[in-house]
Amino acid sequence: MEEVDVEPTITNIPALRRGKHMGFAWGQGNIFVYETLFKATGATGSGSPFIHEVRKDEDIYSPILRKLFNESHHIFVGLQTIREDLPSKNKKPQFVSISKNYRSVIRACMEELQQVAVSTKNAEMSVQYGNQVSILLAIELIWNLCEVLFIDAAPAGSLLLHLLDWVRLHKADVDEKARDVLQSDSPAEHRDYWDVVVSYVLQGRLDEARQMLGKKATLTPAANNIFKMMDNLLSKMPFYNPGGTQTLTEFDVKWRHWHEEVDRCLQDNSFASNQHLEVLCKILLGDEDTLLEHKDLLGTWYHFLVSRLLFCHPTVKPTELHYYAQSCMTMFLDSRSAPEPLDSILLAAFEFDIHQVIKDCSIALNNWWFVAHLTDLLDHCKLLQSHNLHFGSNLREFLLLEYASGLFTHHSLWQLAVDYFDHCLEFGRVYLELQIERVPLDTERKALKVLRICEQRQMSEQVRSICKIMAMRALRNNRLGSALSWSIRAKDAAFATLISERFLQDYCAKGTFSDLDLIDNLGPAMLLSDRLTFLGKYREFHKLYGEKRFKEAAKLLLSLMTAKIAPRSFWMTLLTDALPLLEQKEVIFSADQTYELMFCLEELTSSLNTPSSDSDKSMQEEDVELTKVELLRLALSRNLAMAIVKEGTVET
Amino acid sequence: MENINAKYVSQKISKTRWCPVSYSSLQQPEVFATGSWDNEDNKVSIWSIGNHNNSGLEDGFEGDPQILCEHKHGGDVLDLQFLDQERMVSASSTGAVTIFRYHPNTHTISVLQHWARAHSYPCDNAPCTALVCSSPEIVTVGEDGRIVVFRADQEGAVRVIGEMRTRMLPPHKESSLKLSVVFVRECRQQHNSRGDLPKDHGGFDGDRAPLHCVDRHPNQQHIVATGGQDGMLCVWDVRQGGTPISLMEAHSAEMWEVRFHPTNPDHLFTCSEDGSLLHWETASHSEMPSFLQGGRNSSVISHGALTPAGGNRPLSSAWLCGDSGKGCLETTHMLPSQTMSVNSLDIIGQCLVCGTDGEAIFVNRHVPV
Repeated sequence: MEEVDVEPTITNIPALRRGKHMGFAWGQGNIFVYETLFKATGATGSGSPFIHEVRKDEDIYSPILRKLFNESHHIFVGLQTIREDLPSKNKKPQFVSISKNYRSVIRACMEELQQVAVSTKNAEMSVQYGNQVSILLAIELIWNLCEVLFIDAAPAGSLLLHLLDWVRLHKADVDEKARDVLQSDSPAEHRDYWDVVVSYVLQGRLDEARQMLGKKATLTPAANNIFKMMDNLLSKMPFYNPGGTQTLTEFDVKWRHWHEEVDRCLQDNSFASNQHLEVLCKILLGDEDTLLEHKDLLGTWYHFLVSRLLFCHPTVKPTELHYYAQSCMTMFLDSRSAPEPLDSILLAAFEFDIHQVIKDCSIALNNWWFVAHLTDLLDHCKLLQSHNLHFGSNLREFLLLEYASGLFTHHSLWQLAVDYFDHCLEFGRVYLELQIERVPLDTERKALKVLRICEQRQMSEQVRSICKIMAMRALRNNRLGSALSWSIRAKDAAFATLISERFLQDYCAKGTFSDLDLIDNLGPAMLLSDRLTFLGKYREFHKLYGEKRFKEAAKLLLSLMTAKIAPRSFWMTLLTDALPLLEQKEVIFSADQTYELMFCLEELTSSLNTPSSDSDKSMQEEDVELTKVELLRLALSRNLAMAIVKEGTVET
Repeated sequence: MENINAKYVSQKISKTRWCPVSYSSLQQPEVFATGSWDNEDNKVSIWSIGNHNNSGLEDGFEGDPQILCEHKHGGDVLDLQFLDQERMVSASSTGAVTIFRYHPNTHTISVLQHWARAHSYPCDNAPCTALVCSSPEIVTVGEDGRIVVFRADQEGAVRVIGEMRTRMLPPHKESSLKLSVVFVRECRQQHNSRGDLPKDHGGFDGDRAPLHCVDRHPNQQHIVATGGQDGMLCVWDVRQGGTPISLMEAHSAEMWEVRFHPTNPDHLFTCSEDGSLLHWETASHSEMPSFLQGGRNSSVISHGALTPAGGNRPLSSAWLCGDSGKGCLETTHMLPSQTMSVNSLDIIGQCLVCGTDGEAIFVNRHVPV
């Protein structure tokens, strides 16, 4: 076995006492833990009778996060249906927009969680919501970076612009501070004023920085010219325009000129009179020490990275990123010993090591949602080499299967998982077959939905098994018609035979049929099993009799016996049914038919006359049988006589 | 289609119903109720899409449904109907029937009445599959095969009708005096419960697929539309039973609900397991009989089964024109893209609400009727 990547976490089961041994069993997505009977020496007291369920993933039970799962499912299904035949450069904007969709869904969830976290009165829940919010924030951060680096795959020049956007999106407190400052009576005197200006410059928002500076400039007319100089420098900073005609080299040249100008200003000590402006100038030059002095404003090492790139190397190429990333991280985090998981994930992203990103995220998060969807999107962008894992499927499929299996443990979200399995070409079907049988079927409507899923995918085994479950349930509640209709749907001949037997037994016992309308309208389903056909035909006989179409009824009855559709045990009942037909004034059975009836009767009585083993048959029963047979014989002979006479008569 | 928004609500919706508005005030409905299913804790909730004057509510999109209140519900909500503007009745998968009262002032729901075992087997719970109300009477049917009549103010069941052995369909309201109930499974019989014993009004030989939903034309009581397991929309003329007047391939999976528009019955709505909601529109309105109008392109395959018996084709019942050559039906998809199964829909005026298994509610306030 390979070594583990991280130390496994330990979870304490609060209700189990120390010193006791635990037994466990795997469930679906959870573990059941119980106390064993094993008594260690010194252990006293009675055992705890409870079974504890330990679940790793709580998120799927959170009502707000459920929206995330549902909406992202919708996006996922839409992504799978993008046509494969378009060349990839046409598809890139589509993929980018899908990525943005995913991100907006994450943000919406985050905002809602934030609101609930603030408004809830329960302190524990508030903490939990807060944790979820921070996890979602991290997820969105990582996703955004992956979108910039991998999906959008911006080349040098626009790469920096995208990274700037990325940082701006995730550092919202600048705007809040700016708002505070601007709303105060004298913005230029506010204590956070210079912080805001520096933050704007660090994020490359130079226009806003100039506006802020303008306020200060009006206050101190004496220092007007240096403010004007700074304004000039800020306004002249070149930004690369990807849609424009300027090439990257031209932009680089222009930028160097500007950089030299700023350097000259600094060397000339132009800003010596105002230390804030001097600091700004140093930042514009990209001086690392000055940047590091503003660690609290930067907040994170990646902000530091982007700012440094902005002012030192705006034409950075994607392949060069990781040098800068590594060095920035070490410079920024020199006080702390080990980087946090988020930092190492981001670093792996800057190094363009997609697999490492996915691996680290899988370890850090307790839910496969993020890695599954991100990997799927990257796979569609053809960015993942087909990295075959040693159990056959590729990475994307593995993650999707894990995620969907996790969904299946949820009482309600299992329906989403079906679509995920559908799009895992190698193992998805097998997983689905195994899982779909375990969905609890409380109502008929749910069973119908599950059946529809199975039938659409031609999973006939599962269809049969589900229908059998429903049919058994109906049978247990004595709803024979319902049971029969389930077995017809499953095309289960054996079960249909069983239920038809029950119907017939019911008839023998009660003298009437239950569920007439079902039997009447079986249609071609009647042919499913012999017994069922007999049931249908027998019911038809009754109908014909009721409509007084005696001749047809008689023919049907006879055919039931001669064609051997009827079970031998039922023949007595059939013959008894023939009695009233024989007793009619009008001759219904022809002579030939009567001969056949007699033949059947003889067959029946000869089998009855064989020494029967059940000698406990009471005398009365035997008497009744004998009387019946005698009556039949009498009726048959009389009918025969009349039939012969009738057929022999010549009509004049 | 631009007017339809999805609202994700973290519960699979099995039924959505508009709260009835008084016909005197010609306003559009603003409040609707939903019932959930397949949750560990199911709920009945009330939502509003009106413009909110209350400052306490969050402002989302205009028309974004906001939840007003909810109440837990034991078992899946299999049917939900409004008795009047404040009371609604729910049918549960545990066999219980409950009357809820919504208090619009305090935005709370309370339970008025609860019949716990309205439907049951001897040893099990039987889900109560459907109900219909005609205040103050409530008629429910369940999987145990019985029809039970309740009165809103009385404790016990007023009447239990028959031991019908087939699975039951939603019963349908005919008028305030008599309630007619239509049964499902391979045949259909209409039972008139005026007397104590149901009388058989004749059976229909039909298609063999089980039916899931039925709706009666609001003005012409003899026209009935049904939808079933095979997704076919059938229009029947009750007077001439036997075969449906027209059969249309509507959906590729079970059809869960079919609804005539209550005030504009040339429009019909169906929703299905395959995730689509269709709006059917017939071409009549004018004095001309529909067979004289120019044929409109019909996006639907209509197998004309029968031409109506009798010489004159009634002018306004365009539903009964079964001939595909005349092309009198137009269909539009109402939802933007294939979603998961649409379980329920309701329409009043121009407002349509539907709920799906993707845990989303769609509201369209500008349905072209």
